[in-house]
Amino acid sequence: MKWNGKQWKLLALCLLVMAMLIAGCSGGGKSTGDTGGTTSNSGGGSSQGNQSSGDSGGKSETVTVKFTNFSASGDNEKHLQKMKEEFEKQHPDIKVEIETLAYDDYFTQMQTRVASGTAPDAYELNYENFVSYAKKGVLLDLTPMFGGFDTSVLNKNALEAFSTDGKQYGLPASFSNVVLFYNKDLFDQANVSYPTSDWTWADAEQAAEKIRSLGDNIFGIYQPIQFWEFYKKVQQNGGSLMNADMTQFTVDTPQNVETLQHMVDRVLKTNVMPTEAQMAGMGDWDLFKSGRLGMLVTGIWAFPDFTQNITFNWDIEVEPGNTAKATHFFSNGLVINKDSKVAEAAFEWLKFMSASREAAQIRVDAGWELPAVNYEDVLDKYLQVTPPNNKKAVFDSLNYLVTPPVVEQNAEMTDIIGLHLQAARDGVKSPADALRDAQKELEQRIKLQ
Amino acid sequence: MPRVSKHNGWFAAIWFLLPCLTGLILFNLIPVAGAFTLSFTDWDGLKPIAPKDGVPAFVGLDNYASILGGDEFWRVLRNTAVYIVLYIPLILIASIAAAMLLHRPYRGVSVYRVLFYIPVLTSWVAGALIFKSILSPEYGGVNDLLNQFGIKGPGWLYDPNWAMPGIVLASIWKDMGFFALIFLGGLQGIDSSYYEAAKIDGAGPWRRFRHVTLPLLSPITFFVTVICLIFSFQLFPQVMIMTDGGPHGATQVMVERIYRYAFSYFKMGYASAFSFILFAIIFLFTWLQLKLQKKWVHYDA
Repeated sequence: MKWNGKQWKLLALCLLVMAMLIAGCSGGGKSTGDTGGTTSNSGGGSSQGNQSSGDSGGKSETVTVKFTNFSASGDNEKHLQKMKEEFEKQHPDIKVEIETLAYDDYFTQMQTRVASGTAPDAYELNYENFVSYAKKGVLLDLTPMFGGFDTSVLNKNALEAFSTDGKQYGLPASFSNVVLFYNKDLFDQANVSYPTSDWTWADAEQAAEKIRSLGDNIFGIYQPIQFWEFYKKVQQNGGSLMNADMTQFTVDTPQNVETLQHMVDRVLKTNVMPTEAQMAGMGDWDLFKSGRLGMLVTGIWAFPDFTQNITFNWDIEVEPGNTAKATHFFSNGLVINKDSKVAEAAFEWLKFMSASREAAQIRVDAGWELPAVNYEDVLDKYLQVTPPNNKKAVFDSLNYLVTPPVVEQNAEMTDIIGLHLQAARDGVKSPADALRDAQKELEQRIKLQ
Repeated sequence: MPRVSKHNGWFAAIWFLLPCLTGLILFNLIPVAGAFTLSFTDWDGLKPIAPKDGVPAFVGLDNYASILGGDEFWRVLRNTAVYIVLYIPLILIASIAAAMLLHRPYRGVSVYRVLFYIPVLTSWVAGALIFKSILSPEYGGVNDLLNQFGIKGPGWLYDPNWAMPGIVLASIWKDMGFFALIFLGGLQGIDSSYYEAAKIDGAGPWRRFRHVTLPLLSPITFFVTVICLIFSFQLFPQVMIMTDGGPHGATQVMVERIYRYAFSYFKMGYASAFSFILFAIIFLFTWLQLKLQKKWVHYDA
């Protein structure tokens, strides 16, 4: 039997329905993008209460800015919501559509969406990913939009962090630096004076050893042996991971070997810092909170947790240096998708979140990291919240900020260095061997311009 | 009598196959073909694909050459081999043993069957986290137990030599129930007259197991070995949760590398090439096993 006309028709119909379904699915993403695009935007430049109806058509047109972020996930969604409401009050012609994703899937998802052309207008990136995105040319250069935007309200280092090759691709949203936390009670018990801002490595070592001798289960100091600590630590010792014009790695220089030796000795020689096995899967924060750790080098994002969960006395100080002082910070930036049809409006939202007094105030009130701004009155309020009593150290640390070396293959570079640092930490390789191997692997795998 | 032509059969079949086939084509064949194409490019996984603008650029066999020419691939393969050498014999022994226990008719055996199967249903995240704490060098249950016998336990997941065995332990716990169930099905398919005959001939329990059960179970054993080998090459969630590839690279395996290259190093082309090498390896081993099965697999007539 041959297929008759009816059967062919049926098959064709089936295929057609399927094709429509498929088209419908993929069309969904596009059509929403188009609605954003059809509304020509001019209201972006003017700020407060802009009711002008000079736009084409006479109808008051509102644009929608899609914004995706990870840092509000968890407890802070309500604070972000507050920022959005405040922003929309000031810009009645702009609506912000917020999407908050969990940190764990965020970058996988964002990568897929950027590649498929369905990225939101504006989104958040952490510093490590920012560089890769910027160098691959998927972000909008914000510099031409700056106009009258006064960048002096922003922290200079944080702002600079989000520029690459002389172009500003992002604005800093929040900001956290790293300081030395210490357990006052343990210092008292060991009869050691508290850290001061001009402490050096040697001072910290002495204190750590005295505290370590208090008990088998009590440790002097914890400073993770990983990339982020290491790039800063080498600068405290006059070294660096790359030469000044970033054309060559300088990972295995004698100063750097000395630095790593110092970090590793804490674990393997004096054991003032626990080994991985002694930590047994416990986090460094938990060790500190349990009252068994004298000093901890970590970020100020620990404040809310420590304030809530610690019963002993603790405080902070600027991190000790060796031949020089150096501190580092983490920052999350806000960027605009290169293909966004509502870039102007998106930039207004970015400016608001990053640099406005209102957003900064909401952040400080919520204890949601530190806004990257210089408004003294807002920051004063931040200082008044205790513990820690010496909150000034957060700002004092900013005087010594160093920025990480940044390359296009950033994640790959940090993983390579991290892997070799771990080998040294666990005593599998000597620090000199580990850094020599790291240098070799970096030269093989990482392209520098 | 109605004449059944080949065309007619096709026509009827296509309607039933269509829903499945569409899914297969859309979600398997097209992506696979896409990934294969990408494996010859330098795509970074971020820039929208626009062949006119030269994104992504074709690099020929460069990706394959640099994977096979680098140290990393062989190191990762060695790690996988360690896993396979430990995992396959242990899982076969454990699941056959469990199946033998569950095969006997005694009160409440179905409760035990459920208990053995629970780990299979548990999510890897939960299972891996539990094993992380059980294997903790200082406070974990395993080292506590070893201490009772005066043995100082290793650092497990923190020791480059013991991390992979630690992951194997977790995998055995998780997969044993699944394979035991398959073996149980095999055991129940063995005709009891074989055992009676062996008994009459004076064979003890061990000889009955060795000369009746094992040979008649060999088709199942074959199937399980093939599946286990494929699973082993695709090892991933355990590693990501328990060690994240550490300590210093001792548990880096292929899928972990593929994920890393695709989603944190922005080398989608390289990752695609890596996954086709993985495919070739799995294909080769499965083909080899099919070839070798004639030597040891008995199909009951």
